[in-house]
Amino acid sequence: MRGEAEEGATTIMTDLDTLARELLAGSTRALARGLTWVESGGERAEALVARLYPRTGRAHVVGLTGAPGSGKSTLARALARGARARGRTVGVLAVDPSSPFSGGAILGDRIRMNDLALDPGVFIRSMATRGALGGLCRAAADGVDLLDAAGRDLILVETVGVGQDEVDVMRLAHTVVVVSVPGLGDDVQALKAGLLEIADLHVVNKADREGADRTLGELRSMLTLLPPAESPAGPDGAPAVEPWVPPVLPASAAREEGIEALMDALDGHMAYLKTSGELDRRWRRMVGARVLKIAQELVARRLAHPAAADADVDRVARRELSPHACARLLLTRLGERTSHV
Amino acid sequence: MSSIRVLIAKVGLDGHDRGAKIVARCLRDAGMDVVYTGLHRTPEEVVTAAVQEDVDVLGISLLSGAHMTLIPRVVELMQAAGAGDMLLVVGGVIPDEDVPALRALGAADVLLQDTPPDAIVARVRELVAARQPR
Repeated sequence: MRGEAEEGATTIMTDLDTLARELLAGSTRALARGLTWVESGGERAEALVARLYPRTGRAHVVGLTGAPGSGKSTLARALARGARARGRTVGVLAVDPSSPFSGGAILGDRIRMNDLALDPGVFIRSMATRGALGGLCRAAADGVDLLDAAGRDLILVETVGVGQDEVDVMRLAHTVVVVSVPGLGDDVQALKAGLLEIADLHVVNKADREGADRTLGELRSMLTLLPPAESPAGPDGAPAVEPWVPPVLPASAAREEGIEALMDALDGHMAYLKTSGELDRRWRRMVGARVLKIAQELVARRLAHPAAADADVDRVARRELSPHACARLLLTRLGERTSHV
Repeated sequence: MSSIRVLIAKVGLDGHDRGAKIVARCLRDAGMDVVYTGLHRTPEEVVTAAVQEDVDVLGISLLSGAHMTLIPRVVELMQAAGAGDMLLVVGGVIPDEDVPALRALGAADVLLQDTPPDAIVARVRELVAARQPR
């Protein structure tokens, strides 16, 4: 795009063709630079994703979410090691919060994964939320596409430490793992809506600690109270596949205990998604949500343009126009302007 | 919008990370994304992390006196990894007479122990602004 690429090992990738080609060929440097592009956003990011998007769809995308300090990074490390032992390559996207005051961030998830650093089969990238609220960052879905196109078999997306309502991860992961720890709440917490409902798999981490059995029990009894998952119909009279019941598994990520069972459960969930046909339905939902979100951001960005609304907002201030009517007016005008582009 | 990305690392047998953490915090408070990798990293680990994170600046803190052994290795690995456009900034306790040698090796700057936090932030911004956009 700008500048000229130099030859050899010091190549500085500035053009889309070179970057995309090297990324697809497995270059770590190209993947890293591509992630910088999508994180920065803008035209070249859109162009890069557009180029690579047809080459995605191979990876198993697993979301790891849970409270701060529940051990998501340590679990990501353990899962990455488990996947490597099964001969798979791994990409990790670890999201940490940006400061609401300075906009800066300390990205510290990598510290838990230092011993993976020298394995070329593991690629770890940290991203900051930069004001995004759903537990991920704006570029997370694009980042997953890049890791997928680069040939990573397993992609682990680690959210920021979340509370109860940050559920964006369900919009990009095939399998959502909710990480709990003993002693963070009672059975009323387990009854609440939100985060716990989106789990395809529950992990009670730090299961060597006191109270783990109780947490396991509470999660399991919560799950028995949920309405049974819609049983997917089998193809033409064939028996329907058993609905998926989220397993509740104990683990101690730091001691690497329970990781094999967890890996089996991840594979089991992917197998279920495929045999039940749920994979296609889920994928359709995920891309639908992603497109809608991108469109909302585009609209929001245009609406944020100053002067677009000043005169109308003045009328609202004078009570000549209602807030709702004014908002509709803005959108109508936006449509008119867009059609002229 | 892109923020400046920095990786702050401690390499080798050097157990003192308070300075590195303070620098990380200052850069964060200046709006940068700061990856911190913790103590006792090898040059290989640090450069691999810096490449994967595609940082603008690799900041290495050394208080052990081993800079003339470790920094050449870091530079060598950066070049081998094709990270020629990454800025290397060395900080910590470095004798004045070693500063020219570190610069000659390819360090974009050497910030000594008496550098005030604001000056570190300003210098990082300056170095990144002067470099080719990516």
